[in-house]
Amino acid sequence: MQRIGVFVCWCGSNIAGTVDVKQVAKALESEPGVVFSTDYQYMCSKSGQDMIKDAVRDHRLTGIVVCSCSPRMHEATFRKTASAAGLNPYMVEIANVREQCSWVHKDIIIGTQKAIILGRAAVAKVNLNAPLTPGESPVTKRALVIGGGIAGIQTALDIADAGFEVDIVEKKPTIGGKMAQLDKTFPTLDCAACILTPKMVDAAQHEKIRIFSYSEVSSVGGFVGNFTVSIRKKARYVNEDICTGCGACVDKCPMKKVPNEFNLGMDNRRAIYIPFAQAVPKVATIDPNACNMLKNGKCGVCAKVCTAGAIDYTQKDEYIEEKYGAIVVATGFDPISLDKFDEYAYNNSKDVITSLEFERLTNAAGPTQGKLLRPSDGKHPEKIVFVQCVGSRCSSCSEKGKEYCSKICCMYTAKHAMLTRDKYPDTEVYVFYIDVRTPGKSFDEFYRRAVEDYGVKYIKGSVGKIVPEGEKLVVQGSDLLNNRQVVIDADLVVLAAAIEPDKSARPLATMLTASMDTNDFFTEAHPKLRPVESPTAGVFLSGACQGPKDIPETVSQASAAAAKVIGLLSKDKLVGNPCVASSDELMCNGCSSCERVCPYGAITYEDKEFRMPDRTVRVRRVAKVNPAVCQGCGCCTVACPSGAMDLRGFKNDQIMAEVDAICK
Amino acid sequence: MQVNEYKPLIVAFCCNWCSYAGADLAGNNRADYPAEVKIIRVPCSCRVNPTFVLKAFQRGADGVIICGCHPGDCHYTSGNYYTRRRMAMLFSMLDYLGIERERTRLEWVSAAEGAKFAATMRDFVQKVAALGENKRLEDLRCKK
Repeated sequence: MQRIGVFVCWCGSNIAGTVDVKQVAKALESEPGVVFSTDYQYMCSKSGQDMIKDAVRDHRLTGIVVCSCSPRMHEATFRKTASAAGLNPYMVEIANVREQCSWVHKDIIIGTQKAIILGRAAVAKVNLNAPLTPGESPVTKRALVIGGGIAGIQTALDIADAGFEVDIVEKKPTIGGKMAQLDKTFPTLDCAACILTPKMVDAAQHEKIRIFSYSEVSSVGGFVGNFTVSIRKKARYVNEDICTGCGACVDKCPMKKVPNEFNLGMDNRRAIYIPFAQAVPKVATIDPNACNMLKNGKCGVCAKVCTAGAIDYTQKDEYIEEKYGAIVVATGFDPISLDKFDEYAYNNSKDVITSLEFERLTNAAGPTQGKLLRPSDGKHPEKIVFVQCVGSRCSSCSEKGKEYCSKICCMYTAKHAMLTRDKYPDTEVYVFYIDVRTPGKSFDEFYRRAVEDYGVKYIKGSVGKIVPEGEKLVVQGSDLLNNRQVVIDADLVVLAAAIEPDKSARPLATMLTASMDTNDFFTEAHPKLRPVESPTAGVFLSGACQGPKDIPETVSQASAAAAKVIGLLSKDKLVGNPCVASSDELMCNGCSSCERVCPYGAITYEDKEFRMPDRTVRVRRVAKVNPAVCQGCGCCTVACPSGAMDLRGFKNDQIMAEVDAICK
Repeated sequence: MQVNEYKPLIVAFCCNWCSYAGADLAGNNRADYPAEVKIIRVPCSCRVNPTFVLKAFQRGADGVIICGCHPGDCHYTSGNYYTRRRMAMLFSMLDYLGIERERTRLEWVSAAEGAKFAATMRDFVQKVAALGENKRLEDLRCKK
């Protein structure tokens, strides 16, 4: 029999205002097992906690019930108190009489009655509580960063600088991500490559960082501190260790008409290629869908010209299994597909381009060497129209676009408009906008410079239709401030397409059991207080995979995620959750029902010897739960047909006792 | 307050990560709902064994509601999908036994939906109250 102490908190007037705490304490005094019952103004305060400690000692308590605020608030506090008083921390139960009683019920009689019932249920549960000891698990002091954009690179560099080994997995042949495609960056207009490529080189040369480029995560197992990740190194048909990146193979490759994805298909690359001059690792990759040798065995030019002998047409995908303590997701974003936006004629005219394509057009390393030329005829555009919020803030058109604001478009459009006017002052530049959103350091000043110093014409209103007519693009839009319709015969139209999470994020989230919101952005453990952690322990978020972000924000979040990872990896062992499933071997009949429903693969089977009453030994197959892997959902307990499986801390008889107490 | 007004007894099983937090949020926002609702915290809605529901009805509960995370949002990835299937089965069996459909409910309430929690509870209590006491499954030996 337990010796239970009941402590009813007033929480100032928060509880005492609508619950007669004295009456609650008195009523619970006569419950089975209760030997002591009292009330106090603030149980969570030091004197309140001392009161609990004293009572544990004076009344030799074995269990504690605190009638107070939500266990989500102070369960940990009172468990620590119990622990300090020499009691097992899991002998504490909280009756939630604030959030779920005093705050929602105005009548003191009703509130008091309900508080007594909730207290009674907690007492009934504590009567059946058993001391629990959390298991400890070691921490593999290595981190995995998925995605090699600026977010992934920054996170990896910060973790590596703290002395831990980091692996970066990047699906493309080079790291660098979207930032490598950009020309200049707002609001300072420094060139993206000048600030990114040194970081890429730093990452490649760091002794603690390994880069798996052209690789993908194929499976994730394990749990915080002990992840096992299988990485698929896609065959690039070039031996990375031997290739010097000289580019001789690229020059000689006869397959010249492969759309270059780095320039968004605006020019061509060869079947064997290096994405861009500063690629890291700078090694060639063969595109198996374009290479004649790989498709029908006729060619082999690259192998002939490669003096290093790096070409290997027989290369196969390679699977590498690695162990990590923490995983950082940095999968980034992509512009949305504009296939559903027929009104903007994106698919009908070469001169309607996205902002990312515009970035490549103005980039010195781009298809036009930085000259702003129309993709259709290579002429210089005299009139450019920028359309903002293409697919962003689509509250009424969510089947086409996204409901959220993509956050970066206002600023990069101002940048594009400004740079265009700066390079080509004779060009007329119009921007159609819903609102201009510039909340950031030096952002609004930047936008005003575009309008005031560079004479960019901003028109508040949306574009209804873009019709290609001859060489021109007729842009029909509305000017809300002047209350009139406008028609502009533009030479080039740039659409600020909304951004969405990378397509690889959803399957990755499933592998990591990390949750996502309806837009496939990863959700954070807490939107304000734990913004760089996923709710799944050991999984951290960096960059635009968590929500639209510009570069400064991405870098700050990347460093924040790194700090969290470093905090985790500096621990020698992790204390687990003791509220896990356990199986009664004597009752288990080895049917595998529990194994099938377990989302974590925590249940395995083993053959165990049982000594029978007639002194013979029988071998039976029984379930065994790995407490380090089990997360304590309890799904198996319901699936178990024989009742052998139970969940510590929420045992069948404990919940039954609560039901009984409530229905008394 | 009326004397002897019929008050149904409602047992609510709430998952720790979404619905229990939603109930806490209802409290934080002082969103009023009937005191007849008594919440039992479970780690996941899939922890709710059908026997708990049967036990509640046996013990004289007039309605049982199970609240979990929205589909796709389960903290344990797939627990609420199991709940959905199990409870569909259980509720239809209970209906066959004479426990009306309105006495049982499965609802998805996220940690952000305090208002939905309160509204759901108000609605549920009202529906159950309209049905009156649960006589079908009650074990009279449990009555004092």
